[in-house]
Amino acid sequence: MIYEVSNLAIIIFLSIVGLVLGLSFYFARKTKSAAGYYAAGGNIHWGVNGVAFAGDYLSAASFLGICGMIAYSGYDGFLYSIGYLAGWVVALFLVAEPMKRLGKYTFTDALDAKFDSKSIKLTAAISTLIVSIFYLIPQMVGAGDLVVPLLGLPHWMGVVIVGSIVILIVATAGMTSTTYVQFIKGALLVVFSTILTIYILNNGLTLTPNENYHKFISTEAVVTNDTIVGVSDPSFLVITTKVVDNMVFVKLEKEGASCWYKLNKTESKATLEEMLYTSETEDGTKLYNGAPKSDGKFYQVGHLNKIIVDGKEVEQTGPVGPFEFLTTIENSEIVRFSKKVFKDGEEKVTVWYQNVTKGVDVMKPGLLYKLSKAAGATIWDKLNFLSLMLALFLGTSALPHILIRYYTVSSQRAARKSTIVAIAVIGFFYILTLYMGLGAMISGVLDVESSNMSGPLLAKSIGIGLFSIISAIAFATVLGTVSGLIVASSGAIAHDFIDKYLQIPMTDKAKVNAGKFSAIGVGIFAICLGILFKGMNVSFLVGLAFAVAASANLPAILFLLFWKKTTAKGIAYSIVVGIVSSIGIILFSPTMYEKYGLIAKNAPIPLDNPGIISIPLSVITLIVVSLLTQKHNATKDFDR
Amino acid sequence: MLHEPAVTVGKDNAAARKSKLGVILFIAYTIIYSGFVLIGLTKPEIMGIQLIGGQNIAIIYGFGLIVLAIIMGFIYNYFCTKMENEMDKN
Repeated sequence: MIYEVSNLAIIIFLSIVGLVLGLSFYFARKTKSAAGYYAAGGNIHWGVNGVAFAGDYLSAASFLGICGMIAYSGYDGFLYSIGYLAGWVVALFLVAEPMKRLGKYTFTDALDAKFDSKSIKLTAAISTLIVSIFYLIPQMVGAGDLVVPLLGLPHWMGVVIVGSIVILIVATAGMTSTTYVQFIKGALLVVFSTILTIYILNNGLTLTPNENYHKFISTEAVVTNDTIVGVSDPSFLVITTKVVDNMVFVKLEKEGASCWYKLNKTESKATLEEMLYTSETEDGTKLYNGAPKSDGKFYQVGHLNKIIVDGKEVEQTGPVGPFEFLTTIENSEIVRFSKKVFKDGEEKVTVWYQNVTKGVDVMKPGLLYKLSKAAGATIWDKLNFLSLMLALFLGTSALPHILIRYYTVSSQRAARKSTIVAIAVIGFFYILTLYMGLGAMISGVLDVESSNMSGPLLAKSIGIGLFSIISAIAFATVLGTVSGLIVASSGAIAHDFIDKYLQIPMTDKAKVNAGKFSAIGVGIFAICLGILFKGMNVSFLVGLAFAVAASANLPAILFLLFWKKTTAKGIAYSIVVGIVSSIGIILFSPTMYEKYGLIAKNAPIPLDNPGIISIPLSVITLIVVSLLTQKHNATKDFDR
Repeated sequence: MLHEPAVTVGKDNAAARKSKLGVILFIAYTIIYSGFVLIGLTKPEIMGIQLIGGQNIAIIYGFGLIVLAIIMGFIYNYFCTKMENEMDKN
């Protein structure tokens, strides 16, 4: 069994949840005003705010998603770490101080500070909601992934638990409790990730990840006229053969039990190599390597095929330094497990075959994002890469739940300093992701069905105690980020829309209550989405949230700050175009087509990341509309 | 009052100079970041070339971008604090 419930895990998990809820109830007594609810009274110390920034930002995507992506696709997963961190440069140098100077409680306040325009209030509030919901989905998916191994509960229960706890946190004390939850979780995440990395380096590299690691069977095939007629081991019977994307998969039977193998053909011989597989019948019965999941026949995988040190093959390295670890992997060979899905009669079969990959290919871009001609890269592959890097770079400083953290400190100087603390903490953590991801890749810990669990499963290989702590922190990670997102969303509904756009008269207490009810509504909606999107890599989903934020919000922020001819209508139209174009491209992308059950290749737009089209569209709209509405510009109020 | 900031931010005489410095540092970092993306797009094989201590360009450039962001952050803060101390005192 990959996952077994442990009492220790449950105790640690409950302790962390108890601590978080205790904090919320403590601060709830102090949160009476709108300023306290939305901006923690503006009195958080910049050091605490900086670590809380990290706690807010290092979401499930960073810990679960990036580690998982690196574990399966090497350096391509690390591209996310680089892009996510680089985005903070935009936040620090261009956005942090003006945001603090202009804003009050929400990102909309800052955008609207110069104009007092109803169209900005409405579009920015909608944009905040949409970006936050896009960001919420992967957090909830990650939460569900975590409770399966931690508490032995089904995925949907994890989503419901996170949703309920977060609703409690936000509905009790708003931004104050959210800040301290994020602070504690940010600090714990960095400390325990460091411990995990030290363990990886101390263990070094070995050909045998652990004593229980499954030895994959390889047997010679008998091929006549390009047809497999038998196996050299007579106890195997050939049942059926499938050709998928020029690969040959063979179903063999031995002593009544069947298993799928992959044919590897060279000029001199043909061998059949054992794979992992699941088979699903139409009535929903799912078997793992031909048996129910509880039989434990579905193994954890990921190992080194060859270890080369100073030009010689070795079985293990012993403890290595941080740079030696990277060079040794680069010079060695890794066995990754690649996925293919096909139909065998009425059954849907998913196989994961051994894919021996050179370390040099793992340690540079190209396994996930095809970039070279040799790998068959098309112009769309290159645009996808460019689009991702653009969205990550420009998305950070346009995320509403990050921007509202500038209103929790007392001055522009504190806003700047807290951003620098955040960059240092987040940067250090992102360097660790490379070690944790690569460590998981070669340690025989991967669950091929859930890339998101690579980091926690690596911790589990060390000991159930560390696994419990890491999983509980990962769970707290989700709590911290989701809390921030729900505060941002409730601010958009209660403050931007109900109070400022609709101008419904409310007392200060009623405004706080409106925020709390909005938080409950958004929380319930997030729970539903988390259940619906089960199984998607959380980092990929967050990449999309960045693209929507970078398209809808960033042009508006930057042009407001740096182009005097910007008008309210220019901002409002650019937000709308940014949202519509980025979401439109996502809905018609290959990944979403696969999600709809259609063929990915038939997607009308062969781009998974919309930024390369939607960001320029939003910028062009802002410039054109602003130039066309100049006569209404300056201090004049267009919409009133 | 809900529409007021949570705390009142005082006048910042150094805002314009700090903004100018921010733009310069942003452009410098963007050029270096673009270099990384451009290599990936046009000559991805270059990323695999080993340079210092057996580390390839992908690792050196990637780690470099992260460390550079932290260093530039400290530099920015140093000069901004200096400007604030000088101009806001006057």
